[in-house]
Amino acid sequence: MKNAFSVLAIGIFGAWQTASAADITGVITLKGTPPAETDLSSYIKGNADCAAMQGDKMPTTHFFVVGSKGEFADVVVSLNNVTGKSTGASAPPAVLDQKGCIYVPGIFAVQTGQKIIVKTSDSCPHNVHTISTAGNGEHNDVQMAGGADLTYTFGKPEAFLKFQCDVHPWMKSWVTVVDSPYFSVSDKDGKFVIKNVPPGKYTVEANHRKLGAQTQDVEVKDGDVTVNFTFTVK
Amino acid sequence: MNAKAQNRNDPWLHRFAVLTAVITFLLLGIGGLVTSHEAGMSVPDWPTSYGYNMFALPIKFWKGGAFFEHSHRLLASGAGLLTTILAVWIWLKDSRKWMKWLGVIAFLLVVAQGVLGGLRVTLKMDNLGVIHGVVAQSFFILMCAIALFTSRFWGKWSAGEKTFCVPRGLRTLALATTVLVFCQLVLGATMRGQHAGLAIPDFPMAYGKIWPDTSADAVARYNAVRMDVISENPIKTFGIILQMVHRIVALAIFVLVAAGVWRSWRRLGGKNLLTKLAIFWLALIICQIALGAWTIWSNKAADVATLHVLVGALSLVTGALWCIIAFRRPMSLPEIVPATTISGVFGTPPAMVANK
Repeated sequence: MKNAFSVLAIGIFGAWQTASAADITGVITLKGTPPAETDLSSYIKGNADCAAMQGDKMPTTHFFVVGSKGEFADVVVSLNNVTGKSTGASAPPAVLDQKGCIYVPGIFAVQTGQKIIVKTSDSCPHNVHTISTAGNGEHNDVQMAGGADLTYTFGKPEAFLKFQCDVHPWMKSWVTVVDSPYFSVSDKDGKFVIKNVPPGKYTVEANHRKLGAQTQDVEVKDGDVTVNFTFTVK
Repeated sequence: MNAKAQNRNDPWLHRFAVLTAVITFLLLGIGGLVTSHEAGMSVPDWPTSYGYNMFALPIKFWKGGAFFEHSHRLLASGAGLLTTILAVWIWLKDSRKWMKWLGVIAFLLVVAQGVLGGLRVTLKMDNLGVIHGVVAQSFFILMCAIALFTSRFWGKWSAGEKTFCVPRGLRTLALATTVLVFCQLVLGATMRGQHAGLAIPDFPMAYGKIWPDTSADAVARYNAVRMDVISENPIKTFGIILQMVHRIVALAIFVLVAAGVWRSWRRLGGKNLLTKLAIFWLALIICQIALGAWTIWSNKAADVATLHVLVGALSLVTGALWCIIAFRRPMSLPEIVPATTISGVFGTPPAMVANK
């Protein structure tokens, strides 16, 4: 009887939390003029396989993805005082593809324990080399054209763990591993949404790979919260 | 020439030793290209390559970074084979006991170097890559020394046909400079092992200053505007200081080698072999400094950076050979004993050349 009452209480509390959960949204902007992106044509054209897959328009780097009004994409936003809440094991896998000798996406985020499936859409071999600076180990696996998908999971939180191909060394992607489901990556409009955040006080961190991190404290009570960030490049 | 001397001067053994040294030099070059193109991990398995026997990898896979890494492995196998043949040849045909063991050391070192390279890949350890680079330079010295010791020149040199002395001070200067060049190569290998491109993008200034700002804020600014594509690990204060030390040591090496040329000229004369070798060494150092500057100005172009590695190797070997050749000569020669001071009926004529 006592156990049943406890379970009921926890269930009611959980339902109340879910009902009270709100979204943390915002917009990230960039002030200042970032350096010009590097044209990758000299790298790609030096490799016949990759050049054949690219077509006429060669890609550039995407270190600073900025809209006409300063909307800043590829900023990873998370709640940095929330740990141990990962639901990664049951989360759908993230997909990283290799297309025309470019990793897609270039910046993404997953939870600890969440699978990352690395596919290849290319007609040439790549090696998938992960480099961690926070104890997530190092992997290096060849992936032939048409080869099987490779799957990785990372157990420790880490900002911008790198995937790279050493056969085509301009190929890089960075994944941020978060120990909770509360994160988002700003889109081309600079917008981000962290969904279903339970009531409470949080430190929201916005982290850009080149410009570093900023934080702001917020409190989620009974409705959505908006927090904006502005980065500056000098 | 007696049989023993003939044994030492087997021209075919010498030619084979020279061939092995040349192949080693080429191997250094390909290894340099592997690092310059950040291709060291492009073939994740070893001793197989993409699951194939290394010698059977289809040519269609010899592309991009894998071209450099796989070529390096094949040439390394060739160098290993040549070194093994050389070691056996020396053991069987050279009468000098120390030379036989030198051949054995060369064999063991080339095997160790191959294993180091393989483990760097399979254990994914950057530090092993740095050690692999440094051992490569040491192995190159050894191969050039073996080529020297099997030469007819060395036979004559050892027989003392050229009688002059090399003063202690000059030897010490050359030895210390050679050691400093080795340290410089270790510094360079460590810099390349950071995989962070150019820690300082300008020369001769450093971020526009004589000594760069290495504060955390400054380093964050440097990284924010770096648009490096290949070696885009963030630069750190350690890397910046490493490069500054590398520049300072380069200047020190230039001064020391120039001093060595001057002292050789004064003490040994302009026509002496060691003086000429010292001049050649100075020319290499000047070339190396120019290549270092060009590496920075070209934003670390892979071919320029690799040339810088190769000339560095030649600089080290030149210093080492200078020392080996010089140390074979005495530090001083006995004084002439005038005939009038020698007692005895027959008056013995002067038997030795005076000290210089």
